[in-house]
Amino acid sequence: MTKFTFPESIRSRPVYGTLEARKGAAHLLIADAHGAEAILDVATPEMMAKAHIIYIPKGEAFEGKLRALKPAQFYAGPSYEAAESRIQKAFEDAKMGLQVYLTGTEGLMGQAQHAAMQAGIPHTAIQTEHRGSVARRMQCVHCKGITEDVETDPFVCAHCGLNLFVRDHYSRRLAAYQGVCIDAEDPGNVPEAKGIYE
Amino acid sequence: MTIQFNDETFRDDYSFRNSDWAIKRFPFPFHEDSYMYSVNMEQHRGGPEGSIYENRFDVDEHYVSEMRDRAMVLADDPLRCQSMPHMTLAGWDLLELIMVSKSEDYPDLFELHRDGNNWRWVNKPLGIDDSFVFLDETTLPYGPMEYITRQAQGDFCVLDQRDDNLWMDAGMVTTQADWSLDFDIGMNFFEWHAPVPLAHEKGIFVRALKFLLNIQQGAPARRLNWTMTVNPLLDTSPENYHKWGIQKTTLSPENIGSKQHLRVELQTFFRLPRSNALVFPIRCYLCSFQDLMTVPKWGRRLHRVIRDLPEELATYKGFIDNRPMMLDYLSSFDDGQATSDGIWPDLESEPPLKA
Repeated sequence: MTKFTFPESIRSRPVYGTLEARKGAAHLLIADAHGAEAILDVATPEMMAKAHIIYIPKGEAFEGKLRALKPAQFYAGPSYEAAESRIQKAFEDAKMGLQVYLTGTEGLMGQAQHAAMQAGIPHTAIQTEHRGSVARRMQCVHCKGITEDVETDPFVCAHCGLNLFVRDHYSRRLAAYQGVCIDAEDPGNVPEAKGIYE
Repeated sequence: MTIQFNDETFRDDYSFRNSDWAIKRFPFPFHEDSYMYSVNMEQHRGGPEGSIYENRFDVDEHYVSEMRDRAMVLADDPLRCQSMPHMTLAGWDLLELIMVSKSEDYPDLFELHRDGNNWRWVNKPLGIDDSFVFLDETTLPYGPMEYITRQAQGDFCVLDQRDDNLWMDAGMVTTQADWSLDFDIGMNFFEWHAPVPLAHEKGIFVRALKFLLNIQQGAPARRLNWTMTVNPLLDTSPENYHKWGIQKTTLSPENIGSKQHLRVELQTFFRLPRSNALVFPIRCYLCSFQDLMTVPKWGRRLHRVIRDLPEELATYKGFIDNRPMMLDYLSSFDDGQATSDGIWPDLESEPPLKA
Protein backbone atom coordinates (compact mmCIF):
# COMPACT_ATOMS: atom_id res chain seq x y z
CA MET A 1 0.00 0.00 0.00
CA THR A 2 1.94 3.03 -1.18
CA LYS A 3 -0.99 5.45 -1.51
CA PHE A 4 -2.46 6.85 1.69
CA THR A 5 -5.41 9.18 2.21
CA PHE A 6 -4.42 11.65 4.89
CA PRO A 7 -7.17 12.67 7.29
CA GLU A 8 -8.43 16.26 7.11
CA SER A 9 -6.28 18.58 9.11
CA ILE A 10 -5.39 22.18 9.90
CA ARG A 11 -4.54 24.92 7.43
CA SER A 12 -0.76 24.79 7.78
CA ARG A 13 -0.62 21.09 6.92
CA PRO A 14 0.41 20.52 3.30
CA VAL A 15 -1.87 18.66 0.91
CA TYR A 16 -0.55 16.68 -2.02
CA GLY A 17 -2.00 15.85 -5.40
CA THR A 18 -1.45 13.37 -8.18
CA LEU A 19 1.32 13.99 -10.69
CA GLU A 20 0.25 14.71 -14.23
CA ALA A 21 2.46 15.05 -17.28
CA ARG A 22 2.62 18.69 -18.32
CA LYS A 23 4.13 20.37 -21.29
CA GLY A 24 7.50 21.83 -20.41
CA ALA A 25 10.87 22.90 -21.74
CA ALA A 26 12.47 20.55 -19.22
CA HIS A 27 11.32 18.22 -16.44
CA LEU A 28 12.95 17.78 -13.06
CA LEU A 29 11.65 14.77 -11.11
CA ILE A 30 12.79 14.28 -7.52
CA ALA A 31 11.66 11.20 -5.61
CA ASP A 32 12.51 8.89 -2.76
CA ALA A 33 11.58 5.27 -2.09
CA HIS A 34 8.04 4.53 -3.39
CA GLY A 35 7.90 7.89 -5.14
CA ALA A 36 9.49 5.96 -7.99
CA GLU A 37 6.08 4.40 -8.63
CA ALA A 38 4.52 7.80 -9.24
CA ILE A 39 7.30 8.63 -11.71
CA LEU A 40 6.70 5.33 -13.50
CA ASP A 41 3.01 6.25 -13.69
CA VAL A 42 3.50 9.74 -15.07
CA ALA A 43 6.53 9.27 -17.35
CA THR A 44 6.14 9.52 -21.11
CA PRO A 45 8.89 9.08 -23.71
CA GLU A 46 8.46 12.72 -24.69
CA MET A 47 8.92 13.86 -21.07
CA MET A 48 11.86 11.54 -20.45
CA ALA A 49 13.75 12.94 -23.44
CA LYS A 50 13.99 16.23 -21.49
CA ALA A 51 13.97 14.80 -17.95
CA HIS A 52 16.38 14.85 -15.04
CA ILE A 53 15.51 12.29 -12.36
CA ILE A 54 17.01 12.55 -8.90
CA TYR A 55 16.18 9.48 -6.83
CA ILE A 56 16.87 8.45 -3.23
CA PRO A 57 16.07 4.71 -3.10
CA LYS A 58 16.06 4.33 0.73
CA GLY A 59 16.41 0.58 0.23
CA GLU A 60 13.67 0.24 -2.41
CA ALA A 61 14.53 -1.54 -5.66
CA PHE A 62 13.17 0.83 -8.30
CA GLU A 63 16.44 2.18 -9.67
CA GLY A 64 16.55 -0.24 -12.61
CA LYS A 65 12.97 0.56 -13.65
CA LEU A 66 13.63 4.29 -13.49
CA ARG A 67 16.80 3.98 -15.56
CA ALA A 68 14.82 1.94 -18.09
CA LEU A 69 12.66 5.04 -18.69
CA LYS A 70 15.80 6.47 -20.32
CA PRO A 71 15.69 9.94 -18.80
CA ALA A 72 18.14 12.43 -20.28
CA GLN A 73 19.88 12.60 -16.88
CA PHE A 74 19.66 10.23 -13.93
CA TYR A 75 21.11 10.24 -10.44
CA ALA A 76 20.57 7.92 -7.50
CA GLY A 77 21.96 8.96 -4.15
CA PRO A 78 22.13 7.53 -0.63
CA SER A 79 20.25 10.31 1.20
CA TYR A 80 18.58 13.69 0.72
CA GLU A 81 21.49 15.37 2.49
CA ALA A 82 23.91 13.76 0.05
CA ALA A 83 21.82 14.91 -2.92
CA GLU A 84 21.04 18.36 -1.55
CA SER A 85 23.72 20.42 -3.30
CA ARG A 86 22.91 18.68 -6.58
CA ILE A 87 19.22 19.49 -6.12
CA GLN A 88 20.00 23.12 -5.33
CA LYS A 89 22.14 23.38 -8.45
CA ALA A 90 19.41 21.85 -10.59
CA PHE A 91 17.00 24.55 -9.37
CA GLU A 92 19.52 27.36 -9.70
CA ASP A 93 20.32 26.33 -13.27
CA ALA A 94 16.63 26.06 -14.17
CA LYS A 95 15.31 27.97 -17.18
CA MET A 96 11.81 29.25 -17.86
CA GLY A 97 9.48 26.40 -18.67
CA LEU A 98 10.86 23.87 -16.21
CA GLN A 99 8.28 21.53 -14.70
CA VAL A 100 9.03 20.12 -11.25
CA TYR A 101 7.65 16.80 -9.96
CA LEU A 102 8.20 15.87 -6.31
CA THR A 103 7.06 12.53 -4.99
CA GLY A 104 7.65 10.12 -2.15
CA THR A 105 7.78 10.94 1.56
CA GLU A 106 6.65 14.24 3.03
CA GLY A 107 10.20 14.99 4.13
CA LEU A 108 11.55 14.65 0.61
CA MET A 109 8.80 16.73 -0.94
CA GLY A 110 8.99 19.41 1.73
CA GLN A 111 12.73 19.89 1.49
CA ALA A 112 12.80 19.87 -2.29
CA GLN A 113 9.87 22.28 -2.44
CA HIS A 114 11.70 24.64 -0.08
CA ALA A 115 14.80 24.46 -2.27
CA ALA A 116 12.65 25.21 -5.34
CA MET A 117 10.99 28.22 -3.72
CA GLN A 118 14.36 29.55 -2.56
CA ALA A 119 15.54 29.39 -6.15
CA GLY A 120 12.48 31.32 -7.31
CA ILE A 121 10.68 28.48 -9.09
CA PRO A 122 7.01 29.53 -9.35
CA HIS A 123 4.75 27.34 -7.23
CA THR A 124 2.52 26.80 -10.26
CA ALA A 125 5.36 24.81 -11.86
CA ILE A 126 5.65 22.41 -8.91
CA GLN A 127 3.54 19.28 -8.47
CA THR A 128 3.64 16.85 -5.56
CA GLU A 129 2.34 13.37 -4.91
CA HIS A 130 2.74 11.42 -1.71
CA ARG A 131 3.78 7.76 -1.98
CA GLY A 132 5.07 5.27 0.53
CA SER A 133 5.93 5.93 4.15
CA VAL A 134 3.76 8.36 6.11
CA ALA A 135 6.70 9.15 8.39
CA ARG A 136 7.25 12.82 9.18
CA ARG A 137 10.21 15.10 9.37
CA MET A 138 9.91 16.71 12.81
CA GLN A 139 11.49 19.77 14.37
CA CYS A 140 11.90 19.75 18.15
CA VAL A 141 10.58 23.16 19.23
CA HIS A 142 12.86 23.03 22.27
CA CYS A 143 16.32 22.23 20.89
CA LYS A 144 15.48 22.95 17.18
CA GLY A 145 16.98 19.64 16.08
CA ILE A 146 15.32 17.82 13.17
CA THR A 147 14.42 14.14 13.52
CA GLU A 148 13.87 12.47 10.15
CA ASP A 149 11.33 9.76 9.32
CA VAL A 150 9.34 9.84 12.55
CA GLU A 151 6.73 7.07 12.45
CA THR A 152 5.29 7.17 15.95
CA ASP A 153 3.59 9.60 18.28
CA PRO A 154 5.10 10.34 20.74
CA PHE A 155 8.74 9.93 19.78
CA VAL A 156 12.12 10.74 21.28
CA CYS A 157 13.99 13.74 19.87
CA ALA A 158 17.16 12.42 18.22
CA HIS A 159 19.08 15.46 19.50
CA CYS A 160 17.98 16.39 23.04
CA GLY A 161 16.16 13.21 24.04
CA LEU A 162 12.91 14.85 25.15
CA ASN A 163 9.66 12.94 24.61
CA LEU A 164 7.78 14.85 21.93
CA PHE A 165 4.25 14.65 20.60
CA VAL A 166 3.61 15.07 16.89
CA ARG A 167 1.66 18.18 15.89
CA ASP A 168 0.03 18.82 12.52
CA HIS A 169 1.43 22.37 12.55
CA TYR A 170 3.87 22.55 9.65
CA SER A 171 6.52 25.03 8.55
CA ARG A 172 7.32 25.16 4.84
CA ARG A 173 10.49 27.10 5.64
CA LEU A 174 11.75 24.25 7.82
CA ALA A 175 10.00 21.54 5.80
CA ALA A 176 9.07 20.03 9.14
CA TYR A 177 6.24 19.46 11.56
CA GLN A 178 6.50 20.66 15.14
CA GLY A 179 7.30 18.34 18.02
CA VAL A 180 6.47 19.49 21.57
CA CYS A 181 7.36 17.95 24.93
CA ILE A 182 4.54 15.60 25.96
CA ASP A 183 5.35 15.14 29.62
CA ALA A 184 6.26 18.69 30.66
CA GLU A 185 3.35 18.85 33.12
CA ASP A 186 3.82 15.31 34.40
CA PRO A 187 7.45 14.27 33.90
CA GLY A 188 7.87 10.61 33.02
CA ASN A 189 4.22 10.09 32.14
CA VAL A 190 4.68 9.27 28.45
CA PRO A 191 1.89 7.42 26.67
CA GLU A 192 2.81 4.36 24.65
CA ALA A 193 3.98 5.26 21.15
CA LYS A 194 1.48 4.56 18.36
CA GLY A 195 1.58 5.05 14.61
CA ILE A 196 0.87 8.69 13.77
CA TYR A 197 -2.46 7.87 12.06
CA GLU A 198 -3.51 5.04 14.39
CA MET B 1 1.92 62.00 34.96
CA THR B 2 5.15 60.52 36.26
CA ILE B 3 5.40 56.76 36.29
CA GLN B 4 7.17 55.04 39.17
CA PHE B 5 8.92 52.09 37.53
CA ASN B 6 8.92 48.81 39.49
CA ASP B 7 12.07 46.80 40.09
CA GLU B 8 10.63 43.29 39.67
CA THR B 9 11.09 39.89 38.06
CA PHE B 10 8.96 37.71 35.77
CA ARG B 11 10.84 34.49 36.57
CA ASP B 12 12.45 32.63 39.49
CA ASP B 13 11.20 34.56 42.54
CA TYR B 14 8.42 36.30 40.57
CA SER B 15 8.50 39.62 42.38
CA PHE B 16 6.16 41.16 39.75
CA ARG B 17 3.34 43.16 41.35
CA ASN B 18 0.57 45.43 40.11
CA SER B 19 -0.02 48.67 41.98
CA ASP B 20 -3.61 49.79 42.69
CA TRP B 21 -3.21 52.09 39.69
CA ALA B 22 -2.24 49.18 37.45
CA ILE B 23 -5.11 47.01 38.69
CA LYS B 24 -7.74 49.69 38.01
CA ARG B 25 -6.42 50.21 34.46
CA PHE B 26 -6.01 46.49 33.75
CA PRO B 27 -7.57 45.61 30.39
CA PHE B 28 -10.23 43.20 31.59
CA PRO B 29 -11.14 41.45 28.35
CA PHE B 30 -14.77 40.43 28.86
CA HIS B 31 -17.45 42.96 27.95
CA GLU B 32 -20.24 40.55 28.92
CA ASP B 33 -20.69 37.46 31.11
CA SER B 34 -19.67 34.98 28.39
CA TYR B 35 -16.95 34.63 25.78
CA MET B 36 -16.65 33.36 22.23
CA TYR B 37 -14.27 34.29 19.45
CA SER B 38 -15.20 37.29 17.40
CA VAL B 39 -13.51 39.83 15.16
CA ASN B 40 -13.68 42.30 18.01
CA MET B 41 -11.81 45.11 16.28
CA GLU B 42 -12.19 48.78 17.02
CA GLN B 43 -10.26 51.86 16.02
CA HIS B 44 -7.16 52.56 18.11
CA ARG B 45 -7.81 56.27 18.57
CA GLY B 46 -7.03 56.81 22.21
CA GLY B 47 -9.37 56.14 25.10
CA PRO B 48 -10.21 57.30 28.62
CA GLU B 49 -7.44 59.27 30.31
CA GLY B 50 -5.06 56.98 32.17
CA SER B 51 -6.38 53.86 30.46
CA ILE B 52 -4.17 51.52 28.51
CA TYR B 53 -5.96 52.73 25.37
CA GLU B 54 -4.98 56.37 25.82
CA ASN B 55 -1.66 56.30 23.96
CA ARG B 56 -0.47 54.55 20.80
CA PHE B 57 2.10 52.54 22.80
CA ASP B 58 1.21 52.25 26.47
CA VAL B 59 4.09 52.63 28.92
CA ASP B 60 3.42 51.49 32.47
CA GLU B 61 5.16 50.72 35.75
CA HIS B 62 6.52 47.40 34.42
CA TYR B 63 8.42 48.97 31.51
CA VAL B 64 11.99 48.86 32.79
CA SER B 65 11.71 45.37 34.28
CA GLU B 66 10.00 43.98 31.18
CA MET B 67 12.83 45.26 29.01
CA ARG B 68 15.34 43.63 31.33
CA ASP B 69 13.44 40.34 31.03
CA ARG B 70 13.40 40.64 27.23
CA ALA B 71 17.18 41.11 27.16
CA MET B 72 17.57 37.93 29.23
CA VAL B 73 15.33 35.94 26.89
CA LEU B 74 17.28 37.16 23.85
CA ALA B 75 20.61 36.31 25.44
CA ASP B 76 19.38 32.75 25.98
CA ASP B 77 17.71 32.40 22.58
CA PRO B 78 18.55 34.96 19.86
CA LEU B 79 16.06 33.28 17.49
CA ARG B 80 13.25 35.08 19.32
CA CYS B 81 14.04 38.09 17.17
CA GLN B 82 14.22 37.50 13.42
CA SER B 83 13.74 39.63 10.34
CA MET B 84 13.86 38.36 6.79
CA PRO B 85 16.07 40.46 4.50
CA HIS B 86 13.17 42.16 2.70
CA MET B 87 11.75 43.42 6.02
CA THR B 88 14.49 45.89 6.95
CA LEU B 89 12.59 48.88 5.56
CA ALA B 90 9.56 47.88 7.62
CA GLY B 91 11.88 47.80 10.63
CA TRP B 92 12.78 51.45 10.02
CA ASP B 93 9.10 52.29 9.64
CA LEU B 94 8.46 50.69 13.00
CA LEU B 95 11.36 52.47 14.65
CA GLU B 96 10.01 55.79 13.41
CA LEU B 97 6.46 55.00 14.51
CA ILE B 98 7.51 54.08 18.04
CA MET B 99 9.99 56.93 18.48
CA VAL B 100 7.57 59.57 17.20
CA SER B 101 4.65 58.16 19.21
CA LYS B 102 6.51 57.80 22.49
CA SER B 103 8.24 61.18 22.28
CA GLU B 104 4.89 62.87 21.60
CA ASP B 105 2.87 60.87 24.14
CA TYR B 106 5.48 60.78 26.93
CA PRO B 107 7.65 63.90 26.44
CA ASP B 108 9.01 63.63 29.99
CA LEU B 109 10.37 60.12 29.30
CA PHE B 110 11.37 60.08 25.62
CA GLU B 111 12.86 62.66 23.23
CA LEU B 112 13.37 62.47 19.50
CA HIS B 113 15.44 65.17 17.78
CA ARG B 114 15.50 65.04 13.99
CA ASP B 115 17.68 67.02 11.60
CA GLY B 116 17.11 65.46 8.21
CA ASN B 117 18.22 61.87 8.58
CA ASN B 118 20.42 62.63 11.57
CA TRP B 119 18.37 61.55 14.56
CA ARG B 120 18.99 61.61 18.29
CA TRP B 121 16.89 59.36 20.52
CA VAL B 122 16.74 59.79 24.26
CA ASN B 123 15.11 57.09 26.39
CA LYS B 124 15.34 58.30 29.99
CA PRO B 125 13.88 55.25 31.80
CA LEU B 126 16.45 52.95 30.14
CA GLY B 127 19.30 55.49 30.20
CA ILE B 128 19.78 55.54 26.41
CA ASP B 129 20.97 58.55 24.42
CA ASP B 130 21.89 57.47 20.86
CA SER B 131 22.57 59.45 17.72
CA PHE B 132 22.21 57.65 14.41
CA VAL B 133 21.41 58.10 10.75
CA PHE B 134 17.87 57.12 9.84
CA LEU B 135 17.83 54.31 7.23
CA ASP B 136 21.54 53.55 7.80
CA GLU B 137 21.78 50.24 9.66
CA THR B 138 25.49 50.64 10.34
CA THR B 139 24.75 53.48 12.78
CA LEU B 140 22.70 51.35 15.21
CA PRO B 141 23.89 48.53 17.49
CA TYR B 142 21.11 46.23 16.19
CA GLY B 143 18.83 46.13 13.16
CA PRO B 144 16.14 48.83 13.40
CA MET B 145 13.34 46.50 14.50
CA GLU B 146 15.44 44.83 17.18
CA TYR B 147 16.83 48.16 18.37
CA ILE B 148 13.47 49.76 19.00
CA THR B 149 11.64 46.68 20.24
CA ARG B 150 14.28 46.16 22.91
CA GLN B 151 12.84 49.43 24.18
CA ALA B 152 9.11 48.80 23.78
CA GLN B 153 6.87 46.55 25.87
CA GLY B 154 5.03 43.73 24.13
CA ASP B 155 5.83 41.46 21.25
CA PHE B 156 5.95 42.79 17.71
CA CYS B 157 5.07 40.90 14.55
CA VAL B 158 5.89 42.71 11.34
CA LEU B 159 3.72 41.41 8.52
CA ASP B 160 4.48 41.76 4.84
CA GLN B 161 1.44 42.24 2.62
CA ARG B 162 1.37 40.50 -0.77
CA ASP B 163 -0.88 38.11 -2.73
CA ASP B 164 -3.89 39.34 -0.72
CA ASN B 165 -2.40 37.85 2.41
CA LEU B 166 -0.23 38.80 5.37
CA TRP B 167 3.10 37.06 5.93
CA MET B 168 4.86 36.77 9.28
CA ASP B 169 8.25 37.80 7.94
CA ALA B 170 9.76 39.57 10.97
CA GLY B 171 9.20 39.72 14.68
CA MET B 172 10.37 40.26 18.24
CA VAL B 173 8.62 37.63 20.32
CA THR B 174 9.60 37.06 23.95
CA THR B 175 6.28 37.40 25.85
CA GLN B 176 4.14 35.09 23.76
CA ALA B 177 1.20 32.90 24.65
CA ASP B 178 2.86 29.65 23.62
CA TRP B 179 3.70 30.11 19.93
CA SER B 180 7.07 30.08 18.23
CA LEU B 181 8.24 32.85 15.92
CA ASP B 182 11.12 30.67 14.80
CA PHE B 183 8.66 28.02 13.64
CA ASP B 184 6.00 30.36 12.24
CA ILE B 185 8.23 32.89 10.49
CA GLY B 186 7.46 33.00 6.77
CA MET B 187 3.90 31.68 7.22
CA ASN B 188 0.79 33.43 5.93
CA PHE B 189 -2.14 34.53 8.09
CA PHE B 190 -4.05 31.25 7.79
CA GLU B 191 -1.00 29.06 8.31
CA TRP B 192 0.19 30.67 11.53
CA HIS B 193 -3.35 30.60 12.94
CA ALA B 194 -3.84 26.98 11.84
CA PRO B 195 -3.69 25.45 15.35
CA VAL B 196 -6.48 27.70 16.75
CA PRO B 197 -9.66 25.62 17.25
CA LEU B 198 -13.21 26.66 16.22
CA ALA B 199 -12.32 30.06 14.79
CA HIS B 200 -11.58 28.84 11.25
CA GLU B 201 -14.99 27.17 11.06
CA LYS B 202 -16.65 30.38 12.20
CA GLY B 203 -15.02 32.30 9.38
CA ILE B 204 -13.20 34.48 11.90
CA PHE B 205 -9.87 34.49 10.10
CA VAL B 206 -11.29 35.22 6.66
CA ARG B 207 -13.08 38.28 8.01
CA ALA B 208 -10.17 39.37 10.18
CA LEU B 209 -7.76 39.17 7.24
CA LYS B 210 -10.09 41.21 5.05
CA PHE B 211 -10.19 43.87 7.74
CA LEU B 212 -6.44 43.89 8.30
CA LEU B 213 -5.53 44.09 4.61
CA ASN B 214 -7.45 47.36 4.46
CA ILE B 215 -5.95 49.12 7.46
CA GLN B 216 -4.76 52.54 6.36
CA GLN B 217 -1.94 54.75 7.51
CA GLY B 218 -2.92 56.83 10.51
CA ALA B 219 -5.97 54.66 11.27
CA PRO B 220 -4.72 51.86 13.55
CA ALA B 221 -7.05 49.25 15.03
CA ARG B 222 -7.03 47.20 18.23
CA ARG B 223 -8.59 44.24 20.00
CA LEU B 224 -8.09 42.28 23.21
CA ASN B 225 -7.25 38.61 23.50
CA TRP B 226 -6.64 36.57 26.64
CA THR B 227 -5.39 33.36 28.19
CA MET B 228 -4.30 32.06 31.60
CA THR B 229 -0.80 31.83 33.07
CA VAL B 230 0.35 30.32 36.34
CA ASN B 231 2.88 32.70 37.92
CA PRO B 232 3.59 36.06 36.26
CA LEU B 233 5.78 34.46 33.62
CA LEU B 234 6.17 36.59 30.50
CA ASP B 235 8.13 34.02 28.49
CA THR B 236 5.52 31.28 28.09
CA SER B 237 7.19 30.11 24.90
CA PRO B 238 6.94 26.65 23.37
CA GLU B 239 10.74 26.70 23.27
CA ASN B 240 10.81 26.67 27.07
CA TYR B 241 7.56 24.78 27.70
CA HIS B 242 9.46 21.74 28.98
CA LYS B 243 10.75 24.03 31.75
CA TRP B 244 7.66 26.09 32.65
CA GLY B 245 4.85 23.60 31.94
CA ILE B 246 5.37 21.97 35.33
CA GLN B 247 4.45 25.25 37.04
CA LYS B 248 0.83 24.68 36.05
CA THR B 249 0.75 21.79 38.52
CA THR B 250 1.81 23.94 41.47
CA LEU B 251 -1.61 25.55 41.91
CA SER B 252 -3.44 24.80 45.16
CA PRO B 253 -6.61 26.20 46.76
CA GLU B 254 -4.33 28.15 49.11
CA ASN B 255 -2.12 29.79 46.48
CA ILE B 256 -4.42 30.11 43.47
CA GLY B 257 -5.38 33.71 44.25
CA SER B 258 -1.80 34.91 44.04
CA LYS B 259 -0.37 32.42 41.52
CA GLN B 260 -3.06 32.25 38.85
CA HIS B 261 -2.92 35.18 36.45
CA LEU B 262 -5.26 36.35 33.76
CA ARG B 263 -3.07 37.17 30.78
CA VAL B 264 -4.47 39.78 28.44
CA GLU B 265 -3.06 40.86 25.13
CA LEU B 266 -3.73 44.30 23.75
CA GLN B 267 -3.28 43.68 20.04
CA THR B 268 -2.91 46.73 17.84
CA PHE B 269 -2.43 47.06 14.10
CA PHE B 270 -0.65 49.89 12.32
CA ARG B 271 0.02 50.36 8.60
CA LEU B 272 3.65 51.30 7.98
CA PRO B 273 4.22 54.08 5.44
CA ARG B 274 7.26 53.15 3.32
CA SER B 275 7.05 49.36 3.28
CA ASN B 276 3.24 49.03 3.32
CA ALA B 277 3.84 46.34 5.95
CA LEU B 278 1.52 45.95 8.91
CA VAL B 279 2.93 45.96 12.41
CA PHE B 280 1.06 43.90 14.94
CA PRO B 281 2.16 44.71 18.49
CA ILE B 282 0.93 42.18 21.08
CA ARG B 283 1.19 43.76 24.48
CA CYS B 284 0.87 41.41 27.45
CA TYR B 285 -0.74 42.47 30.72
CA LEU B 286 -0.83 40.14 33.71
CA CYS B 287 -3.09 40.34 36.76
CA SER B 288 -3.44 37.85 39.60
CA PHE B 289 -6.85 36.47 40.44
CA GLN B 290 -6.74 38.03 43.91
CA ASP B 291 -6.06 41.47 42.45
CA LEU B 292 -8.86 41.07 39.90
CA MET B 293 -11.24 40.12 42.70
CA THR B 294 -10.81 43.59 44.24
CA VAL B 295 -13.16 44.76 41.47
CA PRO B 296 -16.60 43.24 42.29
CA LYS B 297 -17.84 43.35 38.70
CA TRP B 298 -14.79 41.49 37.41
CA GLY B 299 -15.12 38.84 40.13
CA ARG B 300 -18.71 38.08 39.18
CA ARG B 301 -17.98 38.09 35.47
CA LEU B 302 -14.75 36.08 35.44
CA HIS B 303 -16.48 33.26 37.30
CA ARG B 304 -19.30 33.12 34.73
CA VAL B 305 -16.99 33.29 31.72
CA ILE B 306 -14.65 30.55 32.92
CA ARG B 307 -17.54 28.35 34.01
CA ASP B 308 -19.29 28.54 30.63
CA LEU B 309 -16.28 28.48 28.32
CA PRO B 310 -16.40 25.68 25.70
CA GLU B 311 -14.08 22.82 26.54
CA GLU B 312 -12.05 23.22 23.31
CA LEU B 313 -11.14 26.75 24.29
CA ALA B 314 -10.17 25.84 27.84
CA THR B 315 -7.99 23.07 26.39
CA TYR B 316 -6.43 25.30 23.74
CA LYS B 317 -5.73 27.99 26.32
CA GLY B 318 -4.05 25.36 28.46
CA PHE B 319 -6.08 25.51 31.70
CA ILE B 320 -8.58 22.66 31.31
CA ASP B 321 -6.94 20.68 34.16
CA ASN B 322 -7.01 23.64 36.51
CA ARG B 323 -10.50 24.85 35.63
CA PRO B 324 -12.29 23.08 38.53
CA MET B 325 -9.91 24.66 41.05
CA MET B 326 -10.34 28.06 39.41
CA LEU B 327 -14.12 27.76 39.63
CA ASP B 328 -13.97 26.78 43.31
CA TYR B 329 -12.02 29.95 43.95
CA LEU B 330 -13.96 32.27 41.65
CA SER B 331 -17.43 31.12 42.71
CA SER B 332 -17.03 32.78 46.11
CA PHE B 333 -16.78 36.13 44.30
CA ASP B 334 -19.98 35.62 42.33
CA ASP B 335 -23.07 36.56 44.34
CA GLY B 336 -25.35 36.22 41.32
CA GLN B 337 -25.98 39.95 40.90
CA ALA B 338 -26.23 41.44 37.42
CA THR B 339 -23.16 43.09 35.88
CA SER B 340 -22.91 46.26 33.83
CA ASP B 341 -22.06 46.15 30.13
CA GLY B 342 -18.51 46.76 28.99
CA ILE B 343 -15.04 46.02 30.27
CA TRP B 344 -14.55 48.93 32.67
CA PRO B 345 -14.41 48.28 36.45
CA ASP B 346 -17.33 50.65 37.24
CA LEU B 347 -16.23 50.78 40.88
CA GLU B 348 -18.49 53.75 41.63
CA SER B 349 -21.68 52.24 40.25
CA GLU B 350 -21.42 48.45 40.68
CA PRO B 351 -22.54 47.01 44.03
CA PRO B 352 -20.02 45.45 46.42
CA LEU B 353 -19.99 41.68 46.87
CA LYS B 354 -22.89 40.47 49.03
CA ALA B 355 -21.71 38.66 52.11
